[in-house]
Amino acid sequence: MTIYKFSIQQKTRDPRNEGYLQSARALGFCQLKRVECIDLRFIEGQLTQAELRRLALELLSDPLTQSVAWDELPAPPSPPQADTVILEVSLRPGVTDSVAAEIVRAARQIGIDGVRRAATGQRYILRFDESVKKSVDESVYKLFANSTIQRWALESIEPTFPEEAASSGAIETIPIRALSDDELLALSKERRAALDLAEMQAIRAYCKKEGRDLSDVEFETIAQTWSEHCVHKTFKALITVEDKNTQQTTTVDSIIKTYLKSATDQIAAPWVRSAFVDNAGIIDFDDEFEISFKAETHNHPSAVEPFGGANTGVGGVIRDVLGVSAKPIANTDVLCFGKQDIPLSELPAGVIHPQRILSGVVAGVQDYGNKIGVPTVNGAILFDEGYAANPLVFCGCVGIAPKGLHHKNPQAGDRVIILGGRTGRDGLRGATFSSMTMDAQTGEAAGASVQIGDPIIEKGLIDVIVRARDLRLYNDITDCGAGGLSSAVGEMSAPLGCDVELKNVRLKYAGLAPWEIWLSEAQERMVLAVAPQNVRALQEICDAYNVELTDIGAFAADRRLVVRYDGVPVADLDNDFLHEGIPQQKLRAVINQKKTQPASNLPIPNLPISDYLLRLLAHPNIASKASVVRLYDHEIQGGSVVKPLSGVCADAPSDAAVIKPIGTKGMKGIVLANGVNPEYGKRDAYRMALAVADEAVRNAVAVGADPERIAILDNFCWGDPKRPETLGALLEAARGCRDAALLFQAPFISGKDSLNNEYLASDGQRRAIPPTLLISALGVIEDVSRAVTMDLKESENEIYLVGKFDPVFGGSHFNLVADEEICEPVPQVADVNPRVYQSLHRAIHSGLIRSAHDLSEGGLAVAAAEMCIGGRLGMHLSAPLSARDLFGETTGCLLVEISPKNSVRFAEVFADLPVKKLGRVIADETLNFSETSIPLADLIAAFNTPLVPNS
Amino acid sequence: MKPQALILLAYGSNRDYDVAEALTLAGAEPRVISHNELRENKKRLADYQMLVLPGGFSYADALGAGKLFALDLNSYFNEELRAFVEAGKPVVGVCNGFQALVKADILPAVESANQATLTFNERGRFECRWVTLKPVSQTCLWTRGLENLIECPIAHGEGNFQINDAALAARLQSQNQIALTYVRADGSPADGEYPVNPNGSTLDIAGICNPQGNVLGLMPHPENHIRFYQHPQWTRGVKRGSGLPLFENGVKYASQL
Repeated sequence: MTIYKFSIQQKTRDPRNEGYLQSARALGFCQLKRVECIDLRFIEGQLTQAELRRLALELLSDPLTQSVAWDELPAPPSPPQADTVILEVSLRPGVTDSVAAEIVRAARQIGIDGVRRAATGQRYILRFDESVKKSVDESVYKLFANSTIQRWALESIEPTFPEEAASSGAIETIPIRALSDDELLALSKERRAALDLAEMQAIRAYCKKEGRDLSDVEFETIAQTWSEHCVHKTFKALITVEDKNTQQTTTVDSIIKTYLKSATDQIAAPWVRSAFVDNAGIIDFDDEFEISFKAETHNHPSAVEPFGGANTGVGGVIRDVLGVSAKPIANTDVLCFGKQDIPLSELPAGVIHPQRILSGVVAGVQDYGNKIGVPTVNGAILFDEGYAANPLVFCGCVGIAPKGLHHKNPQAGDRVIILGGRTGRDGLRGATFSSMTMDAQTGEAAGASVQIGDPIIEKGLIDVIVRARDLRLYNDITDCGAGGLSSAVGEMSAPLGCDVELKNVRLKYAGLAPWEIWLSEAQERMVLAVAPQNVRALQEICDAYNVELTDIGAFAADRRLVVRYDGVPVADLDNDFLHEGIPQQKLRAVINQKKTQPASNLPIPNLPISDYLLRLLAHPNIASKASVVRLYDHEIQGGSVVKPLSGVCADAPSDAAVIKPIGTKGMKGIVLANGVNPEYGKRDAYRMALAVADEAVRNAVAVGADPERIAILDNFCWGDPKRPETLGALLEAARGCRDAALLFQAPFISGKDSLNNEYLASDGQRRAIPPTLLISALGVIEDVSRAVTMDLKESENEIYLVGKFDPVFGGSHFNLVADEEICEPVPQVADVNPRVYQSLHRAIHSGLIRSAHDLSEGGLAVAAAEMCIGGRLGMHLSAPLSARDLFGETTGCLLVEISPKNSVRFAEVFADLPVKKLGRVIADETLNFSETSIPLADLIAAFNTPLVPNS
Repeated sequence: MKPQALILLAYGSNRDYDVAEALTLAGAEPRVISHNELRENKKRLADYQMLVLPGGFSYADALGAGKLFALDLNSYFNEELRAFVEAGKPVVGVCNGFQALVKADILPAVESANQATLTFNERGRFECRWVTLKPVSQTCLWTRGLENLIECPIAHGEGNFQINDAALAARLQSQNQIALTYVRADGSPADGEYPVNPNGSTLDIAGICNPQGNVLGLMPHPENHIRFYQHPQWTRGVKRGSGLPLFENGVKYASQL
């Protein structure tokens, strides 16, 4: 067999070249002068010259815009040039390469049968200053290849093709009964099981009771099932809490039960259909439909392979929504990155530069969301040095389904059906990987844990599942996520039992050991319980949409998990032990966050007020995210009523998204919003939780959501909970969540936690992320034609401040742009806030509000500036406003615009509530307050400061 | 009877619901039919009065947007499709559907192949933003008689329409094959200026038709502007530029067949 190498190059300027050069420059590689990017396609086979030419011109290139050349490997060496380095990059074996698969398929389709296998890669021609050629800093190559998924070589790379190794039924027996405590811990570490001694002892006791040791399949199954990721043991732990402020010691038996679920139970909202029990939370939409919502994180995978990590994060949460039989209709993404201007030399070893993490993560979100056809309508991007080694990628998805069609009721005898993608080594042990601290070796060791998604396969799953649901062809459904089949089949069969055959599982390539098949986290798979008589009908739907269906066994009634390979049992576990046998963790927490006092006298700002406002608008947390938002398709499915960007030039940040789903009757819509604030989290986790829940609810109400119909999700991203202070802050945040839910009567319907977001640097120092809690809100608006956007509408309209205004500087963004930090507590949430939101909602619903915008990072001045940018109008604030009023941060407040003719009715709606007239909208394009006047053009320029320097 | 529209779902099409909604509002009866159903003769193209190739990412854009979708059209449906076109029935390819029509040489339908293509946006990235379109061609049954500008979103990375010589440009103009162009809000030409022309297309071309005028391909998504509340400035009282008349034109034509 011969390997042919095709090189494809744009005839005109390839915009990728400039992009690479800019990234290199931004990271300080200034000796790089030019980059040329050439795509490589490797084809193995026996082909005639005529066939090679057809492949090149008909399949592999666009003759109008691209030139193509081909050679046999080994390619003749290119003549050496003193100033040039040639770098070739190709995927590592086992990494999904869907383009290569399409080449093989399409070649046969055009009648070229001699193509056996294919692979893809890139060639980069890097031109340097001649003088530095001999001493090229090899780290520049990291721009072009991520060693986790790619290999690189100078000059010419040998491609790797999927290997057709012999099938393997190899089973290892683990002699657990004979192991000492130390040996148990060593085993846990060696197999990257992330189990502690008590858990390992419980496994040993089970083995002794059963009178036998475990197979590797069984041990790995238990490790996945008992992982932090799958079972949330920290959130279910028995915690002894020592409060340094009150000197009291108490115990908390399960954070979930005590703080999150208890709030939902207490609120007992009749419109909540499912909370905490299913793949996603579900609430009523109207008489006909229900809507579901789930948010997850994909932090560790995104740290080692940003594109694949974010890509599969989006894919995973979409599957969660499919797991409640809903059609995915909107995505949200909240992303936290390290500061973009950190010098490469200051990063710990093994950490990818935050600029590359940002571009990779955004590209991953874009690729999956756009290709699967779900609009990305809401999100946030935050920067903090604490996220440099541990970026956070929160992915949320909303789904819609007709009522009464989703149920979880598998029957003994139902077939265990896998739908979707094939199984490979991708993503092995992802559930335990995500439960560990990362270090410099993590990227390398985790190679197998990284998955690249295939959104087109998952699009097929959507098409099949909504149709199968409508025909009631299945009795239960769940997604295959962390832990792979072991977790999906294991959980679904927990009340029953099952007997499955691993040899039936379709593989991407042969050679996988049974435990690898069972644990693989290959993407785009769903597991269904299907009555035998319905399998044929399901198969027909699958055939129409190119989705593979695999029958791997049956549910049983004996409450045992039986897994076979070629008929021979390789696992036979008692479900009671597997699902209930994990010992409750006992943890210690210390509550010790220092409470600061309000500053009595404020340091006098030494710059003009306008400078601070412009600095705030240019701060990457506040500055325009349009460059990212426009990469996401936010229009597909035709439901976007309030879009991510608002205003005359569609460049101002909306408070929340409003969606009118296709196929629903009337004018009802869905509202999506979020609240997140690590600056508060660093200082006071309890108040942070209240503040971000308040912000999520307030954002939703600002566009028109009914405050009495808002459900929320919690997503905690924290450091190592084994450190008592870290766990203490987590408890405080959870307590804040409960109090917020009760205050706003907004039940939690789902939640997730991602712990151990820490990086152990080679200097032995641990770097933890700032305590980060994302609250996502899912609301309902009765009539989308009443929705309000944040852009100013008309001059001479009046501007009011509504809500209890209590600005402080603790955790404020003013502190981030000022020369000196003003130490104060972070904002509190006032009891009056829910009443303010109810009145605001009434005012919106009565058509009194022309625009509304919440006060958040940067305070009142930033909110006013953003409204001006949105409307391309000015604002004159005549009420006296101090620096504290302008830049201090508060919860519970919004700026609203009303027509003067409605001022009396507006006053009636807000009678007895804190409200204050601040000024009016003016045609003159300036923002005026306290003897300061700032041209709108300056606000726009500052707000459009690029997120990535030098780009 | 309402005209039946076949929306052909390729492997990776994803704006099928959107265009089905537009066609329903325009008075047609749309049916989303998967490629496999058509290939296995479970459905027949000839039974329909309209054909829609919807937006999406067929085959994940592997080997170039629309390329493998086009290969399918030519390998599996060549005769039926050409007969449908020759019968003068309305065909529209939106976004990925347009890319497939061009790469299958169904558009612009000039004598020799490979004279036109849709390539990477000039800025090298996918973009989602609203654009303004001017219906130009009076030969095209879809744009004929449309007096108002259309405002709707684009969402693509490979929508840059390019041709290989100036003679073809002249021909597209003289044969009224330029169906839609990117224009400013006042209707004046974009003259290539970003973002009015969002992708660098030659002659600001957003959509073209075949010389007969029954096959339209366009990059933007008029199917995503069929209700007032989809317009990005509806909260400012702006009500203009609906994409619905374009579909109504096609449906009206089909119902007279």
